[in-house]
Amino acid sequence: MTLLSVRDLVVEIPSRRGLARPIDGVSFDIEKGEILGIVGESGAGKSLTGAAITGLLPNPGRIAGGMVLFDGNRIDDLPATRMRRLRGRRIGMIFQDPLTTLDPLFTVGQQLVETMRTHLPLSDTAARTRARDWLDRVGIPAANRRIDAYPHEFSGGQRQRVVIALALCAEPDLLIADEPTTALDVSVQAHIIALLRALARERGTAVMLITHDMGVIAEIADRVAVMYAGRIVEIGPVDAVIRHPTHPYTDGLMGTIPSVARRLDRLRQIDGSMPRPNGTRDAMPVGCAFHPRCPKVFDRCRQERPVLHTAGASLVACWLA
Amino acid sequence: MLQVASVTHRYDVSRPWLHRVLAGEPRQHLTAVDNVSFRIEAGETLSLVGESGCGKSTLARLAVGLHAPSEGTIRFQGETLSSVRAQPALRRQLNMIFQDPYSSLNPRWRVRDVIGEPIRVFGLAADRVAQRRRVETLLLQVGLAAEDGEKYPHQFSGGQRQRISIARALASEPAFLVCDEPTSALDVSVQAQILNLMRDLQHRLGLTLLFISHNLAVVRHMSDRIGVMYLGRIVEIGPADEIFHNPRHPYTRLLLEALPDMTRTGRPRNPVGGEIPNPIDPPSGCPFHPRCPLANPRCTREKPALLLHGKTEIACHAVEEGRLPDQLCANRGCGQVACL
Amino acid sequence: MMLLWLQSDLVHGFRHAPLAVVSALVVTLLILAAVFAPWLAPHNPMDVASLSLLDSFKPPFGMPTADPANPLGTDNQGRDVLSAIMYGLRVSLLVGFCSILLAAMTGGAIGLLAGYAGGLVDAVLMRIADIQLTFPAILSALLIDGIIGAMLPRTMRESVQIYVMIFAIGISLWPGFARTIRGSTLIERDKDYVLAARVIGVSAWRIALTHVLPNVLGPVLVVGTLGLGMAILTEATLSFLGVGLPPTHPSLGTLIRFGNDFLFSGQWWVTVFPGLALVLTVLSINLLGDWLRDALNSKLR
Repeated sequence: MTLLSVRDLVVEIPSRRGLARPIDGVSFDIEKGEILGIVGESGAGKSLTGAAITGLLPNPGRIAGGMVLFDGNRIDDLPATRMRRLRGRRIGMIFQDPLTTLDPLFTVGQQLVETMRTHLPLSDTAARTRARDWLDRVGIPAANRRIDAYPHEFSGGQRQRVVIALALCAEPDLLIADEPTTALDVSVQAHIIALLRALARERGTAVMLITHDMGVIAEIADRVAVMYAGRIVEIGPVDAVIRHPTHPYTDGLMGTIPSVARRLDRLRQIDGSMPRPNGTRDAMPVGCAFHPRCPKVFDRCRQERPVLHTAGASLVACWLA
Repeated sequence: MLQVASVTHRYDVSRPWLHRVLAGEPRQHLTAVDNVSFRIEAGETLSLVGESGCGKSTLARLAVGLHAPSEGTIRFQGETLSSVRAQPALRRQLNMIFQDPYSSLNPRWRVRDVIGEPIRVFGLAADRVAQRRRVETLLLQVGLAAEDGEKYPHQFSGGQRQRISIARALASEPAFLVCDEPTSALDVSVQAQILNLMRDLQHRLGLTLLFISHNLAVVRHMSDRIGVMYLGRIVEIGPADEIFHNPRHPYTRLLLEALPDMTRTGRPRNPVGGEIPNPIDPPSGCPFHPRCPLANPRCTREKPALLLHGKTEIACHAVEEGRLPDQLCANRGCGQVACL
Repeated sequence: MMLLWLQSDLVHGFRHAPLAVVSALVVTLLILAAVFAPWLAPHNPMDVASLSLLDSFKPPFGMPTADPANPLGTDNQGRDVLSAIMYGLRVSLLVGFCSILLAAMTGGAIGLLAGYAGGLVDAVLMRIADIQLTFPAILSALLIDGIIGAMLPRTMRESVQIYVMIFAIGISLWPGFARTIRGSTLIERDKDYVLAARVIGVSAWRIALTHVLPNVLGPVLVVGTLGLGMAILTEATLSFLGVGLPPTHPSLGTLIRFGNDFLFSGQWWVTVFPGLALVLTVLSINLLGDWLRDALNSKLR
């Protein structure tokens, strides 16, 4: 059952240098209980996509086209107050920096209880019991004692777990996690990944996982969407995209990642850099946005913009697929 | 090329004097590097890998003489680092590349002045024209255009800035380069460009590298030998292939196990728990014992020494006593230490 | 180029901040009026020979018996108030700018030294700054002025008083600059570009002057602008109290003091107009400073 459906999403940011289009026609679906990974390099539009869905676009950005359907209803045009309710109750969020999400003036217990009581019909004591359970589940040792601690008393990895508890305690149907493990050490990262996956499986929570780390995606996601310069260039089952990438960009990207398993003399490299739709440095190329860096470029790529179409198990935006 | 002998470095992390007097607190020290020894041979790449707070960046700074060690000595080409620092002809041979491409270039300087600074400091060009020509050569060498020298750092992307940093480091004509997380602020496709560039330059110029990173895959790609650090100590050091194919210290195994694996999508696992302890108050004995599945009472009392086992040196009582199972569990999907 | 880029963003923001534009306009006009006072002023208030007691206490524009030649009226000696204000502004601004320059240079040097050297040097210098900050700037200026005044022979005092004022006010304002520069220096000092210079053995002095200094100058502009208002006010207050500039070099403060004597005998304009000029000057400088602070803070983050 499709929980979230994004259709031809366009985000524009007016600046004095002109109108930038950091997201240009993005479409994807997330099923209930599915983990969709969104990967891409910085500036590709991954985080903005998440922000657009949750109505948290930074000023003066705005949704200029397309729509977002959540559980069958349009949410991109909801008034701010209703969006806020939806965000706490049915859509949870985790950001890269846990400190921006936690209020330093309240204990984590107070924050959990308050979040639950805002969204769920619970008594104070019931909410507190549940808060303790959540801390326990996300792997905070001695949750009984730590529930009355303030955010600064936790280590970075623990704080991120508290944030996950906070995002999940209202039992949302969709979790949007933006680089949830990037600031963490590998051993802690492994824990958080395992936790996210377990929770998605147990509760049927759909997860939109935004990250630049292919390894994390490979390990946890069911499907993956690869973004480049504000567009999705390839989307499909994680095995297909990672093992048999079809789009030349995805293919190149996989080759650039050094592997622990074997040592190569040289890494494959994609020359040049991604055009930034919001800068003046590189204007967006006409046709396929990747064509100036593409090893397989031909005339049509320079003129016409490819749309996503079926190629094997995936959807790919490339004239060769 | 570089010899680090029993080096310890402590930072004074005490609160200001007045606070201490009022609160009756003693001075507090953080032992960032604890009795570390290793050598780097000419032409090889040694990498130090570990999680945040393991002391690898402090060690990088010690190696170029930005800090003086609290204890122990560091020798570069046989001379102590303090005497190396006093001789421009030797000091010139040591240089460093930094992690953050945004703070490592002075925003108010033109790129040609940034790259030209070492040339000027060491008098490596006869006159301004020669210096200019040298800067242009360096720019071309790192894959930028000669005209880029006229621009300011903010006009470049992160990857291009890191190329400028590399050009600056090469400007002093070094024999030995310390690279502190040179690609961790970059996207993977840009990282690949920079890593390839560094390997090329190393071969072409015969550089010796001390490479610092938290990214095991990057380290694997770059190194001949690898040292794994945990809480200021080297726990395992040896040839790169040995470390990756036959990791023996439980912490090395944990690191390798925790690494997300691209080749195994959706692999199940049950990772080892625990977190890095506070380095101001490290555990007694082996610093890893609170997280180690093989810990016994001796580990909680006695710091293990770095001893040679085969081709690698390992600081672990379990390895020393032969309590360590031979291999990672053959099924890598299971392969955690706890399972052993 | 960096500076250009910053400026272009600054300029852009500036155009969209009407208050800043108006203040800048007022400040520019005031500076022009002060600088070109000898050519612009309708009369020369310093020329005692041209004064006539017959012209004394002419009321300003809009009152019965007003003389269009003296739009802001005249004082007890028949001096044109508008001209006196323009000349007074000249002195006030001169003292203000020079003392801020002095404060910025001493404070900047001390702040850079304290921030870059750190340790004991930093602690000692900053405690000195803290001690001075416990006095209001005006008290320090009064103290310095008094000490120097006592050291000079009576005959010299009047002719060098303006330099004494500049020195006294300049010294009283250095701690603000020192603290600002020190704060920014502490941040810049640990950045990698400074480390890169240290690795190749560039001397501490050279690093402080060529690497750090150009990167900590932004905030000085803000402190300097806000300090300028403060310096002008300090000078005016001292002059009002009679310890500032002598009647031979009247500043706005001196004018207010003299006019004050006639406030209750009905000749309010002699003191009110110089007072308004002072308020306008300081207010527009401060508004400009406030805007600059906000603009630089958001741009430099």
